[in-house]
Amino acid sequence: MSASQKKGGLFFRIKRKKDMAKDKLSGAELVIRGLEHLNVSTVFGVPGGAILPAYDPLYDSPIRHILARHEQGAGHMAEGYAQATGELGVVIATSGPGATNLITPLANALMDSTPMLAITGQVASHAIGNDAFQEAYTVGISMAATKHNYLITDASEIPQVLKEAKYIATTGRPGPVLIDIPKDILNQEASWVEPGDLDLPGYKPTLEPNPKMIQQAANLIKKSKKPILYIGGGIIHSKANNELFELATKFNIPVVTTLMGRGAFPDGNELCLEMPGMHGNYTATTSIQNADLLIAIGVRFDDRVTANPAFFAQNAKVIHADIDPAEIGKVRDAEVPIVGDAKSVIKGLIEALGDTQLETKSWISDLKEMKSKFPLSYNQEDKGPLKVPYVLEELQKLTKEEAVVVSGVGQHQMWISQHWNFTEPNTWLNSGGLGTMGYALPAAIGAKTAYPNKLVLALDGDGCFQMTCQELITASTENIPIKIVVFNNGNHGMVRQWQKIFYNSKFSASELTHDTPDYVKLAESMGAIGMRMMEKSDVEKVFNKMLEVNDRPVLVDCVVDPDDMVFPMVPAGGSNDQVIMNTEDLKNL
Amino acid sequence: MSERILSVLVEDKPGVLARVSSTISRRGFNINSLSVGPTNIEGRSKMTIVTELDAVEQVKKQLNKLVNVIKIVELDPSMTIETEVLLLKVSINKDSQTSVIEKASLSNATSVDVGQDFAIFELTGSSKELDKFETLMKPFGIIEMVRGGRIALQSNL
Repeated sequence: MSASQKKGGLFFRIKRKKDMAKDKLSGAELVIRGLEHLNVSTVFGVPGGAILPAYDPLYDSPIRHILARHEQGAGHMAEGYAQATGELGVVIATSGPGATNLITPLANALMDSTPMLAITGQVASHAIGNDAFQEAYTVGISMAATKHNYLITDASEIPQVLKEAKYIATTGRPGPVLIDIPKDILNQEASWVEPGDLDLPGYKPTLEPNPKMIQQAANLIKKSKKPILYIGGGIIHSKANNELFELATKFNIPVVTTLMGRGAFPDGNELCLEMPGMHGNYTATTSIQNADLLIAIGVRFDDRVTANPAFFAQNAKVIHADIDPAEIGKVRDAEVPIVGDAKSVIKGLIEALGDTQLETKSWISDLKEMKSKFPLSYNQEDKGPLKVPYVLEELQKLTKEEAVVVSGVGQHQMWISQHWNFTEPNTWLNSGGLGTMGYALPAAIGAKTAYPNKLVLALDGDGCFQMTCQELITASTENIPIKIVVFNNGNHGMVRQWQKIFYNSKFSASELTHDTPDYVKLAESMGAIGMRMMEKSDVEKVFNKMLEVNDRPVLVDCVVDPDDMVFPMVPAGGSNDQVIMNTEDLKNL
Repeated sequence: MSERILSVLVEDKPGVLARVSSTISRRGFNINSLSVGPTNIEGRSKMTIVTELDAVEQVKKQLNKLVNVIKIVELDPSMTIETEVLLLKVSINKDSQTSVIEKASLSNATSVDVGQDFAIFELTGSSKELDKFETLMKPFGIIEMVRGGRIALQSNL
């Protein structure tokens, strides 16, 4: 039975009307009604004993439920939904293993500031703490993996807590919130009371920046000859890309976009230097080293950007704006700290700078020259094994529309960030902070659920794909036609690269094999179309075929060179002044 | 590393203590002393945390991120009124009892229970005074001792 048949049946409409009119609702009904009240249209989840009561009214609700094959997958789907839309992603799981399986997506969402709500079933109140069947201390376990969490002790709390949870998840620095509900509370009767004003005396995010700080920042910018806008995910959360564009182009300030900030400023613009850091391009990384001022907005000076902070941007003063005060001064002291929402901060800076003309011409032309001197490069031989960067560039050429690109973690992730042209925010979804392999496929399902008419590409590694590949069944059965490219190098590629460089080519436990599983057969067995490309002459043909399929998921097994390495590279803890450009440079390491 | 005293105003809700203490212990720091109790405002509790942190500013910011934490003040030791309570059970016999009682009363400890072969004293004072009293009683044989955790108020607040 399809989802529409299920929801549209006369019987259910009558039953639903009756439910709405009831004086008393069960805790479970309050949960579903509360979610409807928050305008939640889609939830991802896996049912089980303790959460069963909630699945009963969910069946009758207009909310679409996507049945994942594993709670980790369900969690990443909710994240993908949230990352693509900027809105709350919702996941439901049962107690015990259901909840513990959610910990990875929760920790992932916390690291990447993704607004997410998890609802978990719990054993009955009287059994809590007694090692009951499928009991885990979910609130305790998830405490360090959420922005906040709740244990419900009375059904009447549910509407208000749901409202609070959404508010906390989506405001300030967004993040995941978990609500744990014991089974007896889901069955307990209570009245629906319209949620009231929120009483959160300890939660008051600062959105408007201090004007004095804005003025101080503007004064520093006016004096700067070599400024860099160091931009991250905060711009995307704040939906401040248009304001950023105005700030950069009006005052001629070059921009570097971190892994989480890709798409916040359009690649291809002459001011865009793209990604800096461990695998950033030479110019982006070096521009920070040469800058006299960093205008850091919505970034957290992550170690993948700074390498050894002692050598990071030694000649630069720092303006650091973030909505989270705990990020400011954490890694690098800022001459001008600004707490506030990125959009308000940038608007304030534009106003304070007025009609200032910055003397950045020679700085920009220096960087332009550097760019042409040190481009990203790869060597695709006509008859040689496929190289990921080549395949990516070909794929983007064939893709006519703006795609949502979702990635796993490792070599392929770095190559995508380097070689794909991102021009819009929310079109690049990846696990940046936690580095969660297995993110791509389920997150792509989440994104495609939010935007059924957009082209959603899961560009994954083979190691990553094998961690959550059962979700391909979810994509097929729920009719979510995503496109998956598995870059199959038969190895944990980044592990192999490090073993090659730092462990004397001792390839301990990094080999996966090229041909097991047979990805084409695996795709077919899971209700998707499987294709394979082995060499250069396959690429266009196979991708065109892939792009034609729109009625079911397609998977392309793209067999690539296992010995290819990601460059440039700055080893962990190294200095960004010493960028390794190629294998030749490794000899001097 | 020197001792730092944090006075943390929190919502009186289940789990707050766990959230606060795990934020500190995440960095591998020990908490020297911690006390929690109600305040004059309904629904609000005050925690006094004594810890040795080298990154106290960062920990304060991270504690501030907790939804149930309302306000954090780091107390300046030179302007802080601090006190702690102690209960100490010491063994006594015919030979020692006079000496024990004399030393206790000179230390301003109050006897709260006396048995055939033991006495329990209560003492409120600075941590140093409590340490001193413990040292004084040690030779007589301390059977059991408990300290209540330091509480503090800034005198100019």
